[in-house]
Amino acid sequence: MNRTVLRRVAAPSLVALALGVAVSACGAGNESGGSTGSLSGTLKGAGSSAQEAAMAAWRAGFQTANGGVTVNYDPSGSGAGVLSFNSGAVDFAASDAALDPTKGEVAAAKSRCGANALEVPDYVSPIAVIFNLSGVSKLQLSAATIAGIFDGKIKKWNDPAIATENPGTTLPSSTITPVHRSDESGTTKNFTDYLSKAAGGAWTFPADKVWPLKSGEAANGTSGVVAAVKAGAGSIGYADESQTAGLTAASIKVGSVYTAPSAAGAAKALDVSPVDTTRTQGDLAIKVDRTTTEAGAYPLFLASYLIACPTYDKAKADLVKGFLSYIVSTAGQAEAAKTAGSAPLPASLQAKAASIIDTISAK
Amino acid sequence: MTDLDTAPHTAVALRGGHLPRYAPAIAGIVAIAAGALIGITVHWNLAGIAILAALLYIVGLTIWSRLVENARRATDRLVTALVWVALSLAFIPLFSLLYETVSKGAGAINGKFLTWTMRNVIDAPGGIYHAIVGTLLITLAATVIAVPVGLLSAIYLVEYGGPSRLARWIRFLVDVMTGIPSIVAGLFAYALFSLIIGPGTQFGIGGGVALSLLMIPIVVRSTEEMLKLVPHDLREASYALGVPKWKTIVKVVLPTAMAGIITGVTLAIARVIGETAPLLIICGSTDSLNTNLFHGQMASLPVFIYTSYTQAGANPEILQNMAWGAALVLIVIVMVLNILARVAGRFFAPKTGH
Amino acid sequence: MSNVQTKTGSPKRRLGDLVFANLTLAAGVLILIALAGVAIFLTVEGAPALGAGSSDLSGHSNFLTYVAPLVFGTLLAAFIALLIALPLSLGVALAVSHFAPRRVAVLIGYVVDLLAAVPSVVYGLWGILVLGPRLIPVYAWLSTHASWIPFFGGTPSNTGRTILTASIVLAIMIIPIITAITREIFSQTPRLNEEAALALGATRWEMVRLAVLPYGRSGIVSAAMLGLGRALGETMAVALVLSASGVVTFHLISSTNPSTIAANIALTFADASGVQRNALIASGLVLFLITFIVHFSARAIVARSEPGSK
Repeated sequence: MNRTVLRRVAAPSLVALALGVAVSACGAGNESGGSTGSLSGTLKGAGSSAQEAAMAAWRAGFQTANGGVTVNYDPSGSGAGVLSFNSGAVDFAASDAALDPTKGEVAAAKSRCGANALEVPDYVSPIAVIFNLSGVSKLQLSAATIAGIFDGKIKKWNDPAIATENPGTTLPSSTITPVHRSDESGTTKNFTDYLSKAAGGAWTFPADKVWPLKSGEAANGTSGVVAAVKAGAGSIGYADESQTAGLTAASIKVGSVYTAPSAAGAAKALDVSPVDTTRTQGDLAIKVDRTTTEAGAYPLFLASYLIACPTYDKAKADLVKGFLSYIVSTAGQAEAAKTAGSAPLPASLQAKAASIIDTISAK
Repeated sequence: MTDLDTAPHTAVALRGGHLPRYAPAIAGIVAIAAGALIGITVHWNLAGIAILAALLYIVGLTIWSRLVENARRATDRLVTALVWVALSLAFIPLFSLLYETVSKGAGAINGKFLTWTMRNVIDAPGGIYHAIVGTLLITLAATVIAVPVGLLSAIYLVEYGGPSRLARWIRFLVDVMTGIPSIVAGLFAYALFSLIIGPGTQFGIGGGVALSLLMIPIVVRSTEEMLKLVPHDLREASYALGVPKWKTIVKVVLPTAMAGIITGVTLAIARVIGETAPLLIICGSTDSLNTNLFHGQMASLPVFIYTSYTQAGANPEILQNMAWGAALVLIVIVMVLNILARVAGRFFAPKTGH
Repeated sequence: MSNVQTKTGSPKRRLGDLVFANLTLAAGVLILIALAGVAIFLTVEGAPALGAGSSDLSGHSNFLTYVAPLVFGTLLAAFIALLIALPLSLGVALAVSHFAPRRVAVLIGYVVDLLAAVPSVVYGLWGILVLGPRLIPVYAWLSTHASWIPFFGGTPSNTGRTILTASIVLAIMIIPIITAITREIFSQTPRLNEEAALALGATRWEMVRLAVLPYGRSGIVSAAMLGLGRALGETMAVALVLSASGVVTFHLISSTNPSTIAANIALTFADASGVQRNALIASGLVLFLITFIVHFSARAIVARSEPGSK
């Protein structure tokens, strides 16, 4: 009798256990790989969700070259990434905004690393103002008009402010639904930075990761904004251009011409933006010039940074150095340009970044 | 009651008109036909036609009954029609959901989908192997924690606690526990391991703890019901043979109730295997295979579905299709568990007749 | 140990008995500890949020103003869901217990089980990809023709991701639980009462009205409250479906919607760090307390209305 009970209880649990073990024992179809590179170990990073697509490409490229390496990247947002980095939870961070000295981020990073943290640009991508308006395939907007649309002053698509910028386009009288990010985001910070500097007073809020208004439709993450604009006729939103496939983007007014978002345009705008000279050695923060009138430049872009320490434990140093070097290398930048549609770093900046990453060493 | 009192006085009612038995069917056909006719002429979609037809059916049948039969019967017909309309309204979403999941998910499922992970997969459909393994391991962990606790608690409630105050409290709080929001269970596990191990800890076993919190009340309730069904005579007979109480419980009571207990446990597993919110918080997500419950983020099917939709990347269709595919796999797993529960109930049923 | 009572007819106590009895007792007490642990750990980890400033509370000056709009959204979504689900569930329950032929009733029972078996994240996926888009024209129509009703004011959503859509999805999800309980109660109606009503010449509806509904009244109330409790805590469906701005508004179909506690946690937890996470955990504690109260009252009603049983 006792054995019967045991058998009855044990049988299903054993079956379940065996099933679990059996299933876990055999690896995944694509994960059987002998170590091809010299590196091995696990690297953990967190930060910008705008970089997610590019980071996926870099991780895949690096992991393919080094079969023993796993790079985990948590696209939890720039703010969270920097905080995790400063608390020591991740090995490197990727942020859509350079470390902010006024918020103590630089100091916190310094105390985490024991020396001034390294900061190099790795990802430059235009932010597209995307819209969903049937019958309209081309839209031209100035920064002031964009500001008016997003803060709710311009409510209809056939508003005179839009109409005068788009002669020859028949605009419907439907309501505009501006879509913004509901989460904290570097995209929002760059977008509001652009509006506050380029809209000439039409935008009254400072640059911020949090969307300053309660009106309009909120969506979570870059994908959320893209999906909301796709789903809603008459919507307009802003998102990293790499993830806006299938939607039309407005051209923004630069100087006296209207420029469509493109990787080349963003690279050009980056070229005319000076490096922040108040920073320490190894901190390659860029002061983005939002009001440039350079022909062909697209100043509404996002420059993302990699943040790392100058020294690591022996095991980690080579991994971090290897992965970060790959990211800013020509091959890495080309890979990101191909899969994520980002702008490759200008050669001069790329060389500077590579030399900074080269200084990473073991403790 | 007045209706009933007056009924016999109106002798006519006894011989009053009756609608034929197939009246509702006729009314239904006419309503659908009329609805379709009107709907098509004014270019409504299917939903509009269905609503119109339902309204026509309700109103038409009631009026017809009011004319031929009487007010009371008309009310009866009205309510009956409303009950059926409520039933179909409640089921339409389910059928739509199943249809969409199967039609969109079936195309995504193939050998690669089930055996690959998402590691190094970019801009192409990958696999959900890591999520399936994660789901199985996390649920297994939850079961290993919840079943002994739940089983023993139920034994206490039925065999030892009886009407004592403690037992009453446990019984009441177990009922209340069934209502813990799943996300709160996740937060509890997160807070617990944040304090024990360190802030930001994410690993598979935490998900097991969170899910076991949701499983325990279900296991306790179903086991308790089953133990109560065991005839008292069996226990008395065992005692009479000098068998100690604990041995009686283990050897007589539990085997008798085993079928129901296994059914209950399986249903509890089915209930928690689709939970997303706690795993999102305490297990995180990864695109590589992780078979270590005690270290590192672990993927699971529900979280995979969620992140595939919310972090769809540059080509949302690819991951969205994978999300539907994973949803189909998850639903199939839950269905299989539900069927297993019924089969197991029959399979482990004690031999009767001696 | 005093709780381990000896029934008459129990055999002699032995060591094995003592160990086993205390083992089961320990398991029972563990449940109480776990429940207390939920409250304690959430309080400990949530406490730092009480002193948090606006930078950690997405712009709110203190925790109370941070959590209040979320509580509002949570209650609003759950109540609308209940409003939709209750009549439908009663219809289904009545169909099973009294209106449908036996074989059909069994079939309906299976379908309801199926409804309960679908994971919430799949409901969410369906809500945002299938239901939401279908409701856009409905919302546009309501906005043009019924905007004089305050609920339908505001700019109509052109994505369908409104609090009403979320509530409809929630309603579908709580139908099984309300149906299961009311069906149980309805079918327990004393057969004699039903027969008596029918014998007096009552139609089926009159029988239901006179015998079944009065008998099941407290059951309906507690079923509704259990459904409400489920809707309050449901996370993924709302997190996926709703475009949440965190405002306080009664506009049900506008593009600017309130958020719910559970959805807010799911959406922002990964991005949050430090005190922000403490604030989210504290909001989770608030949700726990709300659902606890709702379930507590529901169970209390059941316990009171069924003296002797259970």
